[in-house]
Amino acid sequence: MLTVRIIPCLDVKDGQVVKGVRFQNLRDAGSPAELARLYEEQGADELVLLDISATQEGRAARLSTVEAVRRELSIPLTVGGGIQSLHDVQSLLEHGADRVSVNTAAVLRPQLVDEMASRFGTQCTVVAMDVRQETEGRFRVVVRSGTRETERDAQDWAREIESRGAGEILLTSMDRDGTRDGYDLELLRTITSVVAIPVIASGGAAGPEHLVDAVRAGASAVLAASLFHDSDYTVSQVKQSLLQQEVEVRS
Amino acid sequence: MNQPIYITRTETANVASLIAAFERLGHSCVVSADPFTLETAQRVVLPGVGTFAAAREALRESEADRALSARLSAKRATLAICLGFQLLFESSDESPGVTGLGHVPGHFERFPATERVPHLGWNRVWGSSFESADGSVYFANSYRLVTPPAGWDAAYCDYGGRFVAAVQRGPVLGCQFHPELSGRVGREWLRGWLSMAMEENTC
Repeated sequence: MLTVRIIPCLDVKDGQVVKGVRFQNLRDAGSPAELARLYEEQGADELVLLDISATQEGRAARLSTVEAVRRELSIPLTVGGGIQSLHDVQSLLEHGADRVSVNTAAVLRPQLVDEMASRFGTQCTVVAMDVRQETEGRFRVVVRSGTRETERDAQDWAREIESRGAGEILLTSMDRDGTRDGYDLELLRTITSVVAIPVIASGGAAGPEHLVDAVRAGASAVLAASLFHDSDYTVSQVKQSLLQQEVEVRS
Repeated sequence: MNQPIYITRTETANVASLIAAFERLGHSCVVSADPFTLETAQRVVLPGVGTFAAAREALRESEADRALSARLSAKRATLAICLGFQLLFESSDESPGVTGLGHVPGHFERFPATERVPHLGWNRVWGSSFESADGSVYFANSYRLVTPPAGWDAAYCDYGGRFVAAVQRGPVLGCQFHPELSGRVGREWLRGWLSMAMEENTC
């Protein structure tokens, strides 16, 4: 059967992984390529690499970082950050990405999702949504690394990007990001109940029990950053825990 | 002897991942759209990211379609991946009215609406002719082949019902999944294909 994917996320700024990385247990920790290799060895099912300064610096994700990670990696790599055009997508695919994630550019110009899907296929087209809770049961999309609110309701936007050809949603709760309070399960249920494409849960994971909760709330994959970077758990330890909770993962 | 592996240029594929996978196995790669090269080279890969209609049109424009058909008929070592695998066949629900290379009889249908689509992630494959290649591999597909073609060895997977994960005849291997993204198990599939390609050449 199709297994739940465990996805470590590399948030990269100036060529280094950021977000609370402690340098123990790793030589030269913070290098995207070294972390990529470590996580693959531990059993990661896929990696997401987000160039978090790209949009604000007005450029697409750095190709040299993508190349360095790809050389180490024989599992899928999804790359996001600052992607504006089909040309950006193609050059990322030519330098080591397998799937490409768009966020701000898709909100500003939704047609980009259609164009990506018809050229590179649905399965290559990932749309990242950063979401903040507004009132009970209502969620709003935010862009530019969470610095700018939009008018878009998260549920409506999820339906729209699915109909435009997105093959997966990377759903990040801004409210939970970095809090270690667990994924926003209400948000997950709100989105997974209205789309038929898979959804990756992101934001707030501090332990395996949070990942189990996300899967039960409808997530097809679970993403975590500090959980792995801080060496609280290895990917294999997380997978052991999930198996004990009868969540099917690749062993 | 050690000719590079030629990867068919489609402008939409994840070529760096393929190249990295073959380099790890000690082989160099060249990306090419040249029909003569694609017809006659020792080993050719038809990669797959894109849509059935768009990829078919790109192959027609570069005349790679006739070259690939000729090399397949001549039973030269060819590896077709994901959409490339689907293009070996006749047609797909994804693009009604568009015909594939038609080297193998078969039609692709969309996964049933009971499942989340695309079928995205790691799933177990069985029935492989390479014993070392048992295990889970990485898929990213919305369409599937249900009936295995006669005269081909087939491997299977299950997602809302059984479907064909790979077909093989001599040195021609088609994989619905991505061996270049399937870690250790994927490496065994690539090794298996390379060794079949080798056997054919020494005959």
